Amino acid sequence: MKIADVSIARGGVPVLEGVSFQLDPGRALILRGPNGCGKTTLLRTIAGLQPPIAGSITGVEDDIAYAGHSDGIKLTLSVAENLAFWAEVFGSCDIDRAVEAFDLRALLNRPAGALSAGQKRRLGLARLMVTGRRYWVLDEPTVSLDRASVANFASVVQRHLAEGGAALIATHIDLGLEEETLDLSAYRAKLPDLQDFDEAFL
Amino acid sequence: MKALLLRDLKLALRAGGGFGLGLAFFLIVTVLVPFSVGPQSELLSRIAPGVLWLGALLACLLSLDRVLALDWEDGTLDLLATAPLPLEAVVTIKAAAHWLTTAVPLVLVSPVLGLMLNLPAEGFSWLVVSLFLGTPALSVIGTFGAALTVGLKRGGLLLSLLVLPLYVPTLIFGAEVARRGAAGFSVETPLLMLAGISAATIALLPFASAAVLRVNLR
Repeated sequence: MKIADVSIARGGVPVLEGVSFQLDPGRALILRGPNGCGKTTLLRTIAGLQPPIAGSITGVEDDIAYAGHSDGIKLTLSVAENLAFWAEVFGSCDIDRAVEAFDLRALLNRPAGALSAGQKRRLGLARLMVTGRRYWVLDEPTVSLDRASVANFASVVQRHLAEGGAALIATHIDLGLEEETLDLSAYRAKLPDLQDFDEAFL
Repeated sequence: MKALLLRDLKLALRAGGGFGLGLAFFLIVTVLVPFSVGPQSELLSRIAPGVLWLGALLACLLSLDRVLALDWEDGTLDLLATAPLPLEAVVTIKAAAHWLTTAVPLVLVSPVLGLMLNLPAEGFSWLVVSLFLGTPALSVIGTFGAALTVGLKRGGLLLSLLVLPLYVPTLIFGAEVARRGAAGFSVETPLLMLAGISAATIALLPFASAAVLRVNLR
């Protein structure tokens, strides 16, 4: 995956400019930066949900599994039904590995609406494994996970990297991966010069 | 694609899925009309095709804000947009699921309600045929409206206002088929128009729906 000179906007206001990095298979990259600096917007742009205002993103077409703030879980379906649905959408049929990896075996037949916030998150993350995609683009994946689950998640990511995958993660906590970090505050977009403000009206 | 359709059908049938909503509304409207119009069976049988068509249309409208809004709220729509499924297919399946869960029950129950409105005997088959041909257009147009308003909180009002004018041609020709059928006239022209409207919306609108959905997901 190659991000070259990408600029992005949120709500019409540029938030990041000139972001460039490269993510090779087997590597993880952690995005850091203060609230509102554009981590989520950058990840959504890379996932293809919105276009960048400048620059190019190459090498990731149809190879991204995106996980945002919400898990995309249907509360009236059971855990197994939720996972099986995503497995079928992404053309794989094996949910067993994901179930084992995120310790969901005991919850399989529970309706997702009866899960706790942390269990829902585990289900949301288990979806990544059934997609069979190489690049995981994760936005705050560890929110509402307990310490053991965070460690478990880190080991799942590690395994994914060992199998030739790659992960781009926006997070504030230390996952204990041997990862590179990228601080996005360095790329903050400069606000347009306010002295020229009137020109638009003249 | 099959997985998404099956999931939507399953969700509609589970608790809180809103499966019976349109059906109950259709039933209420047609049961109350004879009370409000009065016991004049001749008048009732004259207005029956129009009332039934209007009731079915409004019942379809009622469940439209669930078509995409629920998937938007829990983040499923974002994930579907990044899945290996084109958005055009997603909106087509959504419309199909809406048609199967809302419109098909209406079509099936309409002869019974026609009986309550004293619909002439020769009108029953044309009523069912016209609803069967016309309701796919209602679902597809409605999904387009739902895609337009998907990011808005409580966009139901705006959705109705946007969709209603688009529903008018379907209503005119659909009710015309049912009316002419009940009166024993030839129904060929309005029937062909109705089928044409349905075919055209099914062929073209999914592309428009997918395009506005892409804009709304940003």
